[in-house]
Amino acid sequence: MADGVPGPLAIASSGLTKRFRGGQIAVDHVDLAVPAGSVYGFLGPNGSGKTTTIRMLLGLAYPTSGTAALLGTPMPDGAVRVLSRVGSLVEGPAFFPFLSGWENLARCDAADRTADPRTAKARIGIALERVGLLAAARKRYRNYSLGMKQRLAIAAGLLRPRDLIILDEPTNGLDPQGTREVRALVRQIAADGITVFVSSHLLAEVDQVCTHVGVMRTGQLVFQGSLPDLRRTHAPRVSVKTADVEAAATVFAKLELADPQAANGVITAELGQTEPERVTAELVHAGVGVRELVVETPSLEELFVGLTGEGFDVER
Amino acid sequence: MSAEVTDAPAGLATARQADDGQPPQAVRAYLRFFGSELRLVFRRRRNQLLLLVVFGFPLLIGIGLKIAAPHPDNNGGGNGPAVFFNQLAGNGVFLTLIALQALLILVLPLVVAVVAGDSVAGEAGYGTLRYLLTRPAGRVRALSVKYLAIVTFGFAATFIIGITALLLGVILFPVGPVTLLSGTTVSLSAGLVRVLLVALYIAAAMAAVGAIGLAISTLTEHAIGAIAAIMVLVVTSEVVDQVPQFAVVAPYLPTHWWNSFDALLRTPVDTTTLWHGLLSFAVYIVVFGAFAWAKFTSSDVTS
Repeated sequence: MADGVPGPLAIASSGLTKRFRGGQIAVDHVDLAVPAGSVYGFLGPNGSGKTTTIRMLLGLAYPTSGTAALLGTPMPDGAVRVLSRVGSLVEGPAFFPFLSGWENLARCDAADRTADPRTAKARIGIALERVGLLAAARKRYRNYSLGMKQRLAIAAGLLRPRDLIILDEPTNGLDPQGTREVRALVRQIAADGITVFVSSHLLAEVDQVCTHVGVMRTGQLVFQGSLPDLRRTHAPRVSVKTADVEAAATVFAKLELADPQAANGVITAELGQTEPERVTAELVHAGVGVRELVVETPSLEELFVGLTGEGFDVER
Repeated sequence: MSAEVTDAPAGLATARQADDGQPPQAVRAYLRFFGSELRLVFRRRRNQLLLLVVFGFPLLIGIGLKIAAPHPDNNGGGNGPAVFFNQLAGNGVFLTLIALQALLILVLPLVVAVVAGDSVAGEAGYGTLRYLLTRPAGRVRALSVKYLAIVTFGFAATFIIGITALLLGVILFPVGPVTLLSGTTVSLSAGLVRVLLVALYIAAAMAAVGAIGLAISTLTEHAIGAIAAIMVLVVTSEVVDQVPQFAVVAPYLPTHWWNSFDALLRTPVDTTTLWHGLLSFAVYIVVFGAFAWAKFTSSDVTS
């Protein structure tokens, strides 16, 4: 789907709010718009309300106010109707340790009122094969490694043909190998045309697989849009190291570069539509001795920190 | 793994093909869920051990009583266990009643409490509850399936005690026409029917314990806490029931009518007492079932 073209929304919420009994607002008027067919990265530091939002979307928690809809069906009222089309992984895997992987999936499938029992065996097999657990299917869940547990949870999400997959921190606690596997799986799922909503605090994950992002900060959705949209919010800056900062500043002014800032022999400004080559040429032309000229494109991490605040300054 | 799995290329498209899009009938799907819950309860080693314990108790009681058999001459009137004990030497059928009565005090409620306390709290503790509900299982549907599984387990435990004791009684003691508490003697088959009714009555009492347990189980995510709470409730009720000063509240206690099964062992059957007992169980099932329903359908799943 082309950016900006309004299409059907896989997830839509309006003013979604959750206030806990203590009065603490975990989710504050969140308006999600997840386009069908997108891979939507739901970003935010720990404790920013991502999981609570997901719990409300899935009908596990009831919103204090506001509405949410999955695949056009209002939640939580429509939970029973729509959730069989939604695969989900919420806050890590959870299965019975005394049952095998296969038995756990059979249990999941038996609870699904719309699953056809005649195809259960085939579907469980396919789901396990998809996540590479077929060989360990008869092993007890207790003896699974963390990565296997995570993959089993994803398999449970793939038991039925889905239109939407919601993954809450799917790579939590995984080693780099496991993280790569999950990422590949997400790509594969998305390639099948399924909308993927993946929450994470790992930016690399989002950067590599997502088409859209939503950023949460202390319960509020502070940004939502496509990944290029996010990048556009922070223009690249040109940074020049020189002995003659003042002369350079004059050149910057002539080029009408916005927000010039000078300190310690380095001057920076927003590049805007100006070509870096032109900046270089003008500096040389003005006789400014350039020691170094760098165009700084903010990394996703910088954008993220810019939106959510630094490290520990959690505002609650 | 089966052939259809290895032959199938991986991918969701395949999952879509495998799913013929025909949702099963609601009743069929419900029975499948119930079957899965039963497997979960009955195949769990802890619960199997509990059933082994209730199987072992009648053996212990039967063999113990055979070794120290009371003299048949002591046979007399009166109520309660003494009567059953006195009759045992003359009729093995009474071992069933002795075993049921003995285990009814603590062991049988404990067995039911373990499964009931674990039903919702256990799933919440493992975190499987959130996945159960997002299947979607449906909250009311999941709760009812869990309650039916508890009731089934209570029935199973009661009948394991009854049948084990009956078989052992037949082996160890003479068997014949049954002398009832009212002094009348009925044929062996009529006596066995009454013993069956006693077991059903006790199973109904356990269904009421199960409903209380289910309600408590929706309040916590610590199964062991729920189990302990149920047992504290049962024991408190039994103690209060014995204190004369509390006679006013006694009929409303959950355990008060448990031993009223002896109404079935009289001629004519004391139906008033019996119905009182069954009514008490029904009220407990409805009230605590409603509480569990209200709590479970309205609260956030945070585990």
